[in-house]
Amino acid sequence: MSKLNEIADRAAGATPPSLAGAVRGLSDKSIAWIFIAPTIILLLAINIFPLIWTIYLSLTNYRANRPNAELKFVGTEHYEKILTNPDIWAAMQSTAHFVVWTIVLQTVIGFTLAWLVDRKFRGHGFWTTVILLPMMLSPAVVGNFWKFLYQPQIGLFNYIISFFTGAEPSSFEMLGSVQLAPWAIVIVDTWMWTPYVMLICLAGLRSIPDYIYEAAEVDRASNWRQFWSITIPMCLPFIMLAVLFRGIENFKMFDMVNLLTGGGPGSTTEVASITLKREAFEKWRTGFSSAFAIILFVTVFGLANIYVKALNKVKSR
Amino acid sequence: MNARSSTAHSVVEPSLTSRRVASVLVIVYAFVTLIPLFWIFATGFKTPPDSISYPPKVIFEPSLEGYCNLFTTRTRQTSEYIAQLGPPEGICDEVTRRREMVIAGTSNYAPRFINSVIIAFGSTFLSVFLGVMAAYGFSRFKVPLKDDLLFFILSTRMMPPIAVAIPIYLMYRELGLSDTKLGMILLYTAVNVSLAVWLLKGFIDEIPREYEEAAMIDGYTRLQAFRKVVLPQATTGIAATAIFCLIFAWNEYAFAVLLTSGDAQTAPPFIPTIIGEGGMDWPAVGAGTTLFLIPIFIFTILLRKHLLRGITFGAVRK
Repeated sequence: MSKLNEIADRAAGATPPSLAGAVRGLSDKSIAWIFIAPTIILLLAINIFPLIWTIYLSLTNYRANRPNAELKFVGTEHYEKILTNPDIWAAMQSTAHFVVWTIVLQTVIGFTLAWLVDRKFRGHGFWTTVILLPMMLSPAVVGNFWKFLYQPQIGLFNYIISFFTGAEPSSFEMLGSVQLAPWAIVIVDTWMWTPYVMLICLAGLRSIPDYIYEAAEVDRASNWRQFWSITIPMCLPFIMLAVLFRGIENFKMFDMVNLLTGGGPGSTTEVASITLKREAFEKWRTGFSSAFAIILFVTVFGLANIYVKALNKVKSR
Repeated sequence: MNARSSTAHSVVEPSLTSRRVASVLVIVYAFVTLIPLFWIFATGFKTPPDSISYPPKVIFEPSLEGYCNLFTTRTRQTSEYIAQLGPPEGICDEVTRRREMVIAGTSNYAPRFINSVIIAFGSTFLSVFLGVMAAYGFSRFKVPLKDDLLFFILSTRMMPPIAVAIPIYLMYRELGLSDTKLGMILLYTAVNVSLAVWLLKGFIDEIPREYEEAAMIDGYTRLQAFRKVVLPQATTGIAATAIFCLIFAWNEYAFAVLLTSGDAQTAPPFIPTIIGEGGMDWPAVGAGTTLFLIPIFIFTILLRKHLLRGITFGAVRK
């Protein structure tokens, strides 16, 4: 910026006074603030102010369906209740099952696909675009039509499974059974988001310069050895990026699961966001759910911090 | 080139066999991944009995009943009543009467779809407008606490929507913004502006500063240089960012289902509520889903070169 000012000043010095003002115009500092302020103000109004309000509500017994009831300050009671509540821990367990399995499946399948696409066969660009389609769709709409595929008697999914295994298509319910429902949501998420991991892994594979493989070739390193000592380590920052982002997104997953199972049967697929929605918008325990929201937010904020560090690491490559 | 293809096992140039095997596997995956999409598309053209038949029908007689049901509401009538009606007006009238029903009015699908369009475009315009200014500010000027501000902007996008929805619900109730398009536009703008700033900053960083400096030496003010030099150079980036914002706003469900119920409801919370007699009207759902997804297909194809950049907030470029 000082260099810019210098140029501006020099230009201003060389031009007649009437033009000099135009060269400088508004000072750079004021332009910077005029440009950035509206965004910051909007975010303060729609994100930060509500967040502070949530913190306040989390310390009270407020209920949104009874706005006129007497407001009582309860301190950290809600937080203590949440951390000792078995239902909340059950929800955290469902969330963990969902997050861990989707990440494992998506990373393995996504990396394999990326590695295959990187063989650069004819038409790989076209097929990549086709594979990417699911991740661009609305998770809610996806959840809704997978519900159709999962219908026990008429659904295509059950039919295909029974075609290959010989089991009766009406003998299992993907969404209705306590054992299968957690896997039903993992399958849909994997179908939808594997392309995301694939795309980032592909960028990682393509960032590895050819000369490293050429050098390995000269040293007679086997393909297997090259894969484990060059490909995997050099892709790792990219894989980490994908894993972190999927982790954050799936930790707060709501739309797809809400439409597929709505948390059921019972509460077997009740991931954290669904619990939060039930507490806040069905039971109207606003204070309690605010406290839970803050706990979730702090977790996501911590993960986001790590994510940004990973982003910057990839960026410097 | 010739020398290279002679070393068949070179990893740099994969061998012909490995390329063939890879292409077969990728194409198989692509077909498997398309089955659900194909199925919902096909269901849109089935009759209700065909859509729930066992075994599932792959070959069927196409019908427009799903699309008719999507856009209309119907009431059941006696066959005598239908017999004394005049000749059917149009194809929808005909298929409805075949089920001993008459069209009673239009459904809510069209208004919900239009809401989606208005809210998506409104919020996209606002977020790109705010985003391009903030991105320019961050890209070109020394801003105190720049990295912290950028992290703050990104972190707002990471917030769980349900957690944000609780206070927004209360705030909108106080301000009279519940179930209004303006409220949804503002909310989606706040979510999208973070992506817009990060993406556009990357695009603007790539425009050499020398262009503006040269323009300013020629007598342009900083603002003129921004408008006449930087903005035209950033057109591709702005377009790609806009499409990403559009897709997000188009697909969003959590805020929409919690904060809207009628006037401002968008298509995603509406589609799952399409029911016919005795359960979900799957052909109508298929039709509604197909129409809803077509814009996304087009956008994805337009965006394919910038997809990677968009999904990593501008960090990974190639």
